[in-house]
Amino acid sequence: MTDSKYFTTTKKGEIFELKAELNSDKKEKKKEAVKKVIASMTVGKDVSALFADVVNCMQTDNLELKKLVYLYLMNYAKTQPDVAIISVNTFVRDCEDPNPLIRALAVRTMGCIRVDKITEYLCEPLRKCLKDEDPYVRKTAAVCVAKLHDINAQLVEDQGFLDALKDLLSDSNPMVVANAVAAISEILETSTTAQPSLEMNSGTINKLLTALNECTEWGQVFILDSISNYAPKDEKEAQSICERVTPRLAHANAAVVLSAVKVIMKYMEILDIHGDYVTMLVKKLSPPLVTLLSAEPEIQYVALRNINLIVQKRPDILKNEMKVFFVKYNDPIYVKLEKLDIMIRLTNQGNIAQVLAELKEYATEVDVDFVRKSVRAIGRCAIKVEQAAERCVSTLLDLIQTKVNYVVQEAIVVIKDIFRKYPNKYESIIATLCENLDTLDEPEARASMIWIIGEYAERIDNADELLESFLEGFQDENTQVQLQLLTAIVKLFLKRPTDTQELVQQVLSLATQDSDNPDLRDRGYIYWRLLSTDPAAAKEVVLAEKPLISEETDLIEPTLLDELICHIASLASVYHKPPNAFVEGRGVMRRSLPRNQSGEAGVSDLTADVSPPPAQQSTVIPGVDSLIGDLLDMDIGGPTPYQQQQMMGQIPPSVPASTGAVDLLGEGLDNLLGGGGGGMDTLGGLSDIFGSSAQTSSYTPPQEVWLPAAKGKGMEVTGTFARRNKKIYMELTFTNKAMQPMMNFAIQFNKNSFGLQPASPLQIQSPLPPNQSASTSLHLNTQGQIQKMEPLTTLQVAVKNNIGVFYYSCQIPMHVLFTEEGEMDKKDFLASWKEIPAQNEVQSTITNVQHNADTVSQKLRNNNIFTIAKRNVEGQDMLYQSLSLTNGIRILAELKIQPGMTNFTLSLKCRVQDIYPFIQQAFDQILHN
Amino acid sequence: MIHSLFVINCSGDIFLEKHWKSVINKSVCDYFFEAQTKASNPEDVPPVIVTPHHYIIHIFRNKLYFVAVLTTEVAPLFVIEFLHRIFDTMVDYFSECSETSLKEHIVVVYEILDEMLDNGFPLAVESNVLKELIKPPNFLRTIADTVTGKASGFGATLPSGQLSTVPWRRTGVKYTNNEAYFDMIEEIDAIIDKAGIAVTAEIQGYIDSQVKLSGMPDLTLTFVNPRILDDVSFHPCVRFSRWESEKIVSFIPPDGQFRLMSYHIGSYNSVNLPIYLKHSIAYREGSGGKFDVTIGPKQNLGKTIENVVLQVQFPKTVLSATLTSNQGKNSFDPVSKLMTWDVGRIDPAKLPNIKGS
Repeated sequence: MTDSKYFTTTKKGEIFELKAELNSDKKEKKKEAVKKVIASMTVGKDVSALFADVVNCMQTDNLELKKLVYLYLMNYAKTQPDVAIISVNTFVRDCEDPNPLIRALAVRTMGCIRVDKITEYLCEPLRKCLKDEDPYVRKTAAVCVAKLHDINAQLVEDQGFLDALKDLLSDSNPMVVANAVAAISEILETSTTAQPSLEMNSGTINKLLTALNECTEWGQVFILDSISNYAPKDEKEAQSICERVTPRLAHANAAVVLSAVKVIMKYMEILDIHGDYVTMLVKKLSPPLVTLLSAEPEIQYVALRNINLIVQKRPDILKNEMKVFFVKYNDPIYVKLEKLDIMIRLTNQGNIAQVLAELKEYATEVDVDFVRKSVRAIGRCAIKVEQAAERCVSTLLDLIQTKVNYVVQEAIVVIKDIFRKYPNKYESIIATLCENLDTLDEPEARASMIWIIGEYAERIDNADELLESFLEGFQDENTQVQLQLLTAIVKLFLKRPTDTQELVQQVLSLATQDSDNPDLRDRGYIYWRLLSTDPAAAKEVVLAEKPLISEETDLIEPTLLDELICHIASLASVYHKPPNAFVEGRGVMRRSLPRNQSGEAGVSDLTADVSPPPAQQSTVIPGVDSLIGDLLDMDIGGPTPYQQQQMMGQIPPSVPASTGAVDLLGEGLDNLLGGGGGGMDTLGGLSDIFGSSAQTSSYTPPQEVWLPAAKGKGMEVTGTFARRNKKIYMELTFTNKAMQPMMNFAIQFNKNSFGLQPASPLQIQSPLPPNQSASTSLHLNTQGQIQKMEPLTTLQVAVKNNIGVFYYSCQIPMHVLFTEEGEMDKKDFLASWKEIPAQNEVQSTITNVQHNADTVSQKLRNNNIFTIAKRNVEGQDMLYQSLSLTNGIRILAELKIQPGMTNFTLSLKCRVQDIYPFIQQAFDQILHN
Repeated sequence: MIHSLFVINCSGDIFLEKHWKSVINKSVCDYFFEAQTKASNPEDVPPVIVTPHHYIIHIFRNKLYFVAVLTTEVAPLFVIEFLHRIFDTMVDYFSECSETSLKEHIVVVYEILDEMLDNGFPLAVESNVLKELIKPPNFLRTIADTVTGKASGFGATLPSGQLSTVPWRRTGVKYTNNEAYFDMIEEIDAIIDKAGIAVTAEIQGYIDSQVKLSGMPDLTLTFVNPRILDDVSFHPCVRFSRWESEKIVSFIPPDGQFRLMSYHIGSYNSVNLPIYLKHSIAYREGSGGKFDVTIGPKQNLGKTIENVVLQVQFPKTVLSATLTSNQGKNSFDPVSKLMTWDVGRIDPAKLPNIKGS
C-alpha cells in the first residue's frame, strides 16, 4: 500500500475519473481521490480543473482529508479566486474550533491563499488568533502577519497588526517570540514604512536575549540576526549582549554559530580594542569557526566565504589556525579554491615555510583550475612576505622544470608580478624562463613573457631574436599580446638602438598600418611620433620608473568590508557584495558597523543611510585580472596623471605636422595640457581660474586631477577648493575627452566630516562638445549632513552626466574651512589657552620658510588665521594666533620664529585632537605659497 | 525565507516540488542545470547559485539534489542546515531517502514538508513532534489499517512536546526495559609524511546516543579530562551553563536516537594514532612504479584493531595496479583510480602488508 500507485494513472480521462471519485459519497474513496490529486500536483501536473470538486470536500470532520484539501487550496486558489471564496466560511468556522491544531491550521492556510477577497475576511480571525490562549496558535498567527504583509502591506499597517506583533515579543512563550522576530525581520526587509513602529530598543533586546536560551535553533537564528541589527547605546551594553550570545557559539547548528559570530564581530567594533574582553572574545571565536570546517562541504563553503571576510577584518582570530585550511584530497573543488584564498591571507613570515610546502604539493595536483590557482598563490606569497620571496621563486622554478604546460604558463605570469614587486633582484632566472618560450600558448602567459623580455632587454643577449620570433605571427596574436609586443620592442629599441632599428620599424608599421584595432594603432602612432621627435623624451616616458605593485591585490575595499561584516552569515557574505548590489527592487537598508565613539567630537550620525551610493576611492587597488592591463597602460601613461605631465613637459608644443596622426595627437596633447593645469594660458577656458586665483589673496592649491578620463568614460574632472568673500568654492574644470558631447551635469556630495554640500546647482556650459573643457565655481555651504570620514578631510563626490554617474574622492584643504570670525580677544585667548589641558598641545616644525614674522602674519591673516599678539622673547618672535572652523571648533596656535632660521616651531592647542595634522598641513601650505 | 523546494535526481528529473509561498515555475532550475553541466562531478556543483531573480541553494545527498529557491536575503547556512534536516527526517521516516522511497510515500512527504515549514519559517522539525502529527508508515499500521478499514495518518490532537520547554521530548514515554546506549565515534584526520611520522592529526568526535528511558529522566555525563576538548557543540537538550561552570554534560534526553554532542580536538594536543603506516611509494616515468605499505598497531592497550580499510587514491596517470596483500582483499577501480584494501583485524604478530606495482 504505497503512494507510488498514484503516479501510474496516465490515462486520457484521468481528470474525469478523479472528478467522479471526488463527488463520491464514500469518504474513503474521496480521500483516495484527493491523494491522487495531490500526487499529480507535486510533480507539477495541472489539476486546477478539479478546483470546485476538491473544495467541496473541505467541510469534513476528518482532519487528514481537511489537510489534504488545504494543501490543494494553497496551490490553486490564485487561479480560481471566485470559487475559492466559498471556502472562506469554513475557514472562519475552523478558527473558532476548540481544537487548537485546527485553529492554527486554518489561520495558517488562510494566510497562504493569495487572493485579495479572502484576505479581507482573514483580518478578524487573525486578530483573535494573535491573542489566542494557546501559544501554538499565537505562534502560527505571528507568521501569518508576515504572510499578509507580503500580500497587502497597507492592510497590515492599517489594521494595527504591527503593534500586535510587537506585543508578541514580550510573550511568555519563547517559541512565539522567535516567530514574532522572524516575522518582523521579514516585514522590515520589504517595507520601509513599517520601520518606525518596529524599531528595537534595549528593552526588547533584553526580552529577545532571554528567549534566546529557550527557543528552537531556528528561532535562535532569527533572534541573533535581529540582535545584530541593533545598535547598542554604549560599550557596557554591547559587552553584556556579547556575554549572553557567546554560549551560542557551541551550538550544533552551524547557522546558529555563524549568526552568533556575526553579532560578536559587529559588537566588537564598539568595544575597546585593547581591552581584555576583546582578547577573550577573539580567543573564543576561533574554535567554532574551525569546527565549521569539519562539517558537510556545503557548510564548509559558506563558512569559508565568511572566514575570508573575518580574516580580512581581524586577522588575529585565526592566525594560529593555518593548518585547518590545508586542502584535503577529497574536498570539492569549490572548497579547495576558497581554502587556498584564505591560506594566502593568513600567510606571514612565521608560517610561510609550511604554506609553501603545501602549495608546492597542490601545484602537482590533477585539477587544472586548482593547480593554476596554487601557482598563483605561490606568487602572491612571494609578493606578500618579502623574506620568503627567494624561496617562492625557487619553488616556481622547480615547477617550471616539471614542464607541465599550464603550470609553466601560470608560473611565468606570477613571476612577472614578482619582478614588478622586487625589480632587479631575481633576473638571474630569466634564462630558465626563456627556455620555455615555445610552449607558451595562452595570451596572458605570452604577454607576461614578452613584458619580461622587454623590461630586461639589456640583459638578454638574444632579446631581439626572441621578440622577432613572436613578431612572425603578429596578426594572429591576441590584442593583449600585440600591445605588449609593441611596447617591448620599443623598449628594446630604446635600450639597444643600434641593432634593432629594423625590428622597431617593422612592428610600428604592423601596428599602424595592418591592424584594425584602434588601441593598437593609437599606441603605435604615439610611439612612432615620440621616437621620431625626441628619443630622449621617449626614453623617459617608456622607460619611466614604474610604481611597485601593491602587496594585496584582491583585498576588499574597507568600507565594503565593514558593510559585509554586518552581513556575515547571509547571502551577501557568500557573494562578497553588498545586498543592494544583487537584491533587486527593494529598499534594502545599508548597514554600517557601529563605531567606538569615545574621543570623537562633532560626529553624531551613525545610522545607516540609503541615498548616496558607496563612493569609490579614486585610488582603486587593481584586481588581479586587471593587473596586466594596468601594466600595459603604464607605458604610455594613460590613466596616471603624473606621467601625462611628464610627457607634456618633454614634448615641445610645436610638433612638426606631416602625417594624419599629428592632428589626433596634437589635439590630444592640448587637452592633456589643459587637464594637467600646467599653467600655460594658451587655453581660453582655463584662464579665468588662474585669474581668480590671482584676485584673491588667500591661498588656493593648484588644481589636481580628481577623476581621470579613463575612469569617467571620457570625462576628466580637475579641481581645487578656494575661499573668497567668506564663501567656500569648489573650482571645477570638466574636460570632455570622449567623442560625443556631454550634457546634464549634476554634482552631489556624500556626507562628510564638515557637512559640506553644494549651495547652488552646478552651473556649467552644457552641452560640452568633445575635446573642450569648461570651468565653474561651485558655491558650497556647511549645512549638509555630517559623518566623520577617514581621513578627516575626505570628501566623496558623485558627478553625473548623460553618460553615467562617476564617483571620486578628494581632500578638502583645511584652510578653506577657516572662518573670518576666528579672531579672538586677547583675554579670551589667554583664558582658553590655560583651560585646554597641556597634554592636548602638540608641536611641529615647519621647515624652510623664507619670510619674516610680519609677512608670515600677513599671509596667515589672508587665510583667516589671526595673529592676536606678538612678543619677542630672547630674540625669538612669538606669534599667538587663533582660528576657528566652520563647525565652531577653535584652534589656538603659537608660532615661534627665530630670526635667521628658516625652521619655525608651531604649537597647537585644541579640544579636538584629530584635526592637528590637517591644521599643520594647512600652515605648511600657506607659508610655502 | 525558503520559497520553494525541488528535488532532482541525477538524471535531471524534477520529481518533487513544494512551494511554501507563491508558485515558482520550475524553469528556475535551468540555472541549476547550467551550473551542473559545468561541474565535472555531481559533488562539485557550487552550493550557492545566484540567478537574476532568485537564489538557489542546494545539497547533494544520496544521488539526490535538494534544491531550495529563495527570493530574499536569508542566511545560507540556515537553508543548508534545514535541507539537511529534511533529508534526515526523510531517512528517519522511510529508513532511506532515495527517489523510490520518496515517490512511494509522496503524500506523506508532502505533508511532512508542509508541517516542517510555514511560509518559509521552520514550524515543526523535531522528529518526535512530527511523528505525532504525521504517523510514519510502518508495516504494523498498514495491516491494522487494512483490518479496521480506516487509515488516518494524522494525530488529531496537538503534540504535547511542541510547546513545552523541552520540545525534543514528548511526555508519557514508557518502557519496560529502561536502557541507554552511547556510542563514541572519533574520526582522526592525520597526515603522514614520507618517513611515516604524523605531520598533523586532529580528532573530530561524536557521541551518538540511543536512549529508551521512561518519564523525564535527567542525565549527567562526566569526562575524566574535559580539558582536551577544544570545541564542543551540543544537542539543544544539554544545559550549557553547567558545562561552562563544571564541565559536566547535564541533559534531559530526547526519546530515541540522537547525537548528544560533537567535539573537536585540534593539533595542539598530541593525538596518539592507534596505528602506524610504513610505506614506500615510487613512480617512474612511463613504465610504472612500486608500491609497498605496511600497517601496524601502536599502543593498542590490549584491544585488537578491527575493520581496517585502506584506500589509496592513485593519480590519474595510473592505468592499472597489480597488488598482492598477505591478508584481506584488495581491489583497484580503473575508472576512479581508487584502490581499496579491506584489511580486517590487525594481528600484531603478523603485520599486514601490501605490495605491488
